[in-house]
Amino acid sequence: MKKTKKMYSSILYHSLILIIGFCMFYPVLWLIASSFKGEGQIFRNAHSLIPRNFNLGNYVQGWKGFGDVGFDVFFKNSFIITISATFGQVLSSALVAFGFARIKFAGKKVLFALMISTMLLPRQVIMLPQYIMFSQLGWINTFKPLILPAFFARAFFVFLVFQFIQGIPKELDEAAKIDGCNIFGIFFRIILPNIKPALITSFIFSFYWTWQDFFGPLLYIQSTDKYPVSLALKLFSDPSTVTNWGAMFSMSVLSLVPVFILFIIFQRYLVEGISTTGMKG
Amino acid sequence: MKRKLSIKQLVNKTTESGNNNIAGYLFILPWIFGFIAFMVIPMFMSLYFSFTDYEMVSSANWIGLKNYIKIITNDSTFWNSIKITFFYTFVSVPLRLSFALLLAVLFNQKRKFVGLYRTIFYIPSIIGGSVAVAVMWRQLFGVEGALNSLLGMVGMQSRIGWIGGPKTALWTLIILAAWQFGSPMLIFLAGLKQIPNSLYEAAVIDGSNWWQKFTKITLPMLSPVIFFNFVMQTISGFMMFTQAYIITEGGPFDRTLVYALYLFRKAFSYYEMGYASALAWILLIVVAAITLIIFKTAPRWVYYESKGEF
Repeated sequence: MKKTKKMYSSILYHSLILIIGFCMFYPVLWLIASSFKGEGQIFRNAHSLIPRNFNLGNYVQGWKGFGDVGFDVFFKNSFIITISATFGQVLSSALVAFGFARIKFAGKKVLFALMISTMLLPRQVIMLPQYIMFSQLGWINTFKPLILPAFFARAFFVFLVFQFIQGIPKELDEAAKIDGCNIFGIFFRIILPNIKPALITSFIFSFYWTWQDFFGPLLYIQSTDKYPVSLALKLFSDPSTVTNWGAMFSMSVLSLVPVFILFIIFQRYLVEGISTTGMKG
Repeated sequence: MKRKLSIKQLVNKTTESGNNNIAGYLFILPWIFGFIAFMVIPMFMSLYFSFTDYEMVSSANWIGLKNYIKIITNDSTFWNSIKITFFYTFVSVPLRLSFALLLAVLFNQKRKFVGLYRTIFYIPSIIGGSVAVAVMWRQLFGVEGALNSLLGMVGMQSRIGWIGGPKTALWTLIILAAWQFGSPMLIFLAGLKQIPNSLYEAAVIDGSNWWQKFTKITLPMLSPVIFFNFVMQTISGFMMFTQAYIITEGGPFDRTLVYALYLFRKAFSYYEMGYASALAWILLIVVAAITLIIFKTAPRWVYYESKGEF
């Protein structure tokens, strides 16, 4: 008797999750399905999740891009920007986090509080003067405004790595010191190998945010051959062109592929990373 | 060789109080430099511009409080965008958080596949901010989109352009925001794990039902996490830009002209940099005030078991 009741509750539970899950993933599945539909099919029976025949034409069409700039260029631009910015952000944030977590220095508490408070600062407040600054430096229509500021640490990642370093026993540092390690030795030989999970989490988030960033490129990149994927996708729906929906869907799907690959490989780090940042705040 | 040694000694030197100032500042130097160059200086510049009529091409003339006065007394678009942004934020954030909490509670049970569910349900959060999803959303809710097609299938013929409808446009953005519930869900899950089981066991002995357990144990114990999520999500709600820019383009009739989009237009369509700077500072003040209010109300509803050493 008790066993059947348990079974019913289990069936109820899983069906509930499946229903919620289907509603949630419907848009994503629909996007993927539509990317394979022929032009006529996209808006006839628009809701259907099964294309009548798998049509790769949209991908071929979409990959050609706009004018003489194809999506190979947009993807290359996105990778250059994302990988350099991510590298800079993770490295600099780890350095700063180590400084805050393990070294005693004058004014540390105030500076740390100041850094945390920058997380609450609206981007819009500094966006205009930054634009003016960068345009006076001649950085408009280059990748510099999108890459260089990343090399100066970001509060969110500093905090994430900081939390992680706190969990590493200080005895390790002491032991290394006795063995003749200086402060750099402690960072590179003791701390860095031990904070790999935090570095991976930071890497993924930084990658995602830079890869999907639309606002930065919108401000700073003007010529089409320097567009990253995010900006290029918007071109499909610009009023000046006749929208090729199939091509737009197919390239949208492709733009999500790197995101999904990273997610599949590193999902454990992501899930854990998110949990710790929220908990100890 | 000798010189190199002395630098090393310098870096590893500690003062009487145990401070190692040189090494400390050396490590946080990237942040200090970035903070000054990309935040402090731009903030002062922006504050200065907000008192001028700077328009990119012309030089900046000091006009005192004129921008601020005009915004407050004579700019109906400003008030409209404030209203829309408040509505968007204070509808979408509670919606997103309740959805996140519901799923976190569902996934905090010992059942098969729960780990898998958690991971999969996080996916909308990682792609939700992308242009790809924004573009997709536009078609989903379009006149010939999947939603109308679905409604037609169940016999409710609909020719509504959800994106273009003055009453529905903002709601499509709110639904998109609620759809990205993954991060708060994971944070809630971590919080739920910290609630000692003994509390629930005691409640069962006292004869409590699940609703009483939820409202008397789960919610109070989780309140610090709810607070953290609420603050962070509210601030990011005020910053929403990409979705409104791509999906609804601020329309129809400015019904989705959120604050960030209005500011962007003033700055980069009309090049009224001085005016836009004043708008940015008003945003900063509004966000700071709201954060402060949330913090002030915290003691009334946030329950801290022990004072941490933060």
